[in-house]
Amino acid sequence: MSDPFTFRIDGVAVTAKPGQTIMEAADAAGIYIPRLCDVDGLRHQGGCRVCTVKAGGRSVSSCTQPAEPGLEVENNTEARNRVRRDLVEMLFHEGNHLCPICEKSGNCELQAMAYRLGMTAPTRFPYLEPCRDLDASHPDIALDTNRCISCGRCIRASQDVDGKGVFGYVGRGIHRRVAVNGDNLADTDAVLADKAMSVCPVGCIIRKNEGFRMPIGARHFDHGLIGHEIEEKSK
Amino acid sequence: MTETLVDQRKARVATVSLAGCFGCHMAILDIDERLITLMGLVDFDRSPLTDIKTFTQRCDIGIIEGGCCNEENVHTLLEFRKNCDVLIALGQCAIMGGLPAMRNAIMHSGEPLRECLEEAYISGPYLRNTTRLIPNDPVLPLMLDKVYPCNEIVDIDYQIPGCAPSGDVIFNTLAGLLTGKFAGFDRATLRFD
Ligand code: SF4
Ligand code: SF4
Ligand code: SF4
Ligand code: FES
Repeated sequence: MSDPFTFRIDGVAVTAKPGQTIMEAADAAGIYIPRLCDVDGLRHQGGCRVCTVKAGGRSVSSCTQPAEPGLEVENNTEARNRVRRDLVEMLFHEGNHLCPICEKSGNCELQAMAYRLGMTAPTRFPYLEPCRDLDASHPDIALDTNRCISCGRCIRASQDVDGKGVFGYVGRGIHRRVAVNGDNLADTDAVLADKAMSVCPVGCIIRKNEGFRMPIGARHFDHGLIGHEIEEKSK
Repeated sequence: MTETLVDQRKARVATVSLAGCFGCHMAILDIDERLITLMGLVDFDRSPLTDIKTFTQRCDIGIIEGGCCNEENVHTLLEFRKNCDVLIALGQCAIMGGLPAMRNAIMHSGEPLRECLEEAYISGPYLRNTTRLIPNDPVLPLMLDKVYPCNEIVDIDYQIPGCAPSGDVIFNTLAGLLTGKFAGFDRATLRFD
């Protein structure tokens, strides 16, 4: 094993171990890089591009790009955050994100990311208004893929952690979406205790019988911007 | 964004509830005793708060609750755009359709408006409608094919998110705009619910 080295994020020196991604090193140093598809405990996918930074002059996804000695990374700048805000805004246009009626509201990473990036309202583009069937076949879990952001967390969790393959992608390009491996969720071997059922960042994989349990004020993102736990490490 | 909306005289404000639940108007009252401060800065023209039904003169600010679900909403919104210098969309319904927009994409349905009306008046499990007809009296405003956010009908100058926005956000935004000190929303207080 070779020695730790340093690189810079927004001018701040950060120590990294060989093999660490830019994001992993940043997390350890208490620097938050916005993200949606990446989550602790699952392999990196590099799909959402919300974590894009400029590294050595190139745009790269920091959740997959290895840190390198002497690298200059641009993260928390107006230009980077504007691109991130646009990506998040497009996700709001792509699905049906009616937060006031969503069970995930207040605990949703997409919504929290919109707050952090200062998106006040997604009104620049037409709404795609998908009309996909709700899958409420399973006794403990409901699926509303009209809110899916195709982050692939459920797919990775089911394959890599649960060893099942309940979820997968179907279709290509703009038509690519997440589907279950069967006619509906009840036909799969999904159970509530699966890792896959607890990783969805949005209100797509819904646990039945506990809807709207958390009162407003007690939800995860009611206090503090998303990422503040990481940022507090550096204080 | 630091222009002053009004100079010395009091600003004239009109408000209206389109396809909304009136919660955003109730939220205006949530600014509590700061209403007195606000009343020092503005006079209300047409508004459910004054019960004046038509514009008495040109207004500086129009505050819109709710999106457009029928042709009367569209007509009213166009009137507001014509008679107000600055239009503010207040709340998620005005900004992006909100709860009424649930009818835009009813799952399983190629004809969401028909399905919505049939469930509401004919097939819903909890209703008693002896005529078994969908109301079609000519005085009823014609429903639109879907619920439209205000900015798809007219230009909107400012949007205050929330369902309903908190009294603090409403007061700080209005007071900021009226005194020329509005510098965007505090990210920590942004809410879409
Ligand atoms: S998934 Fe998140 S962003 Fe979408 S409606 Fe629910 S709370 Fe809002
Ligand atoms: S269902 Fe949830 S976890 Fe799975 S891809 Fe969609 S948003 Fe991601
Ligand atoms: S945004 Fe919420 S509170 Fe305001 S009118 Fe719509 S449903 Fe009511
Ligand atoms: S978090 Fe890196 S691409 Fe999604």
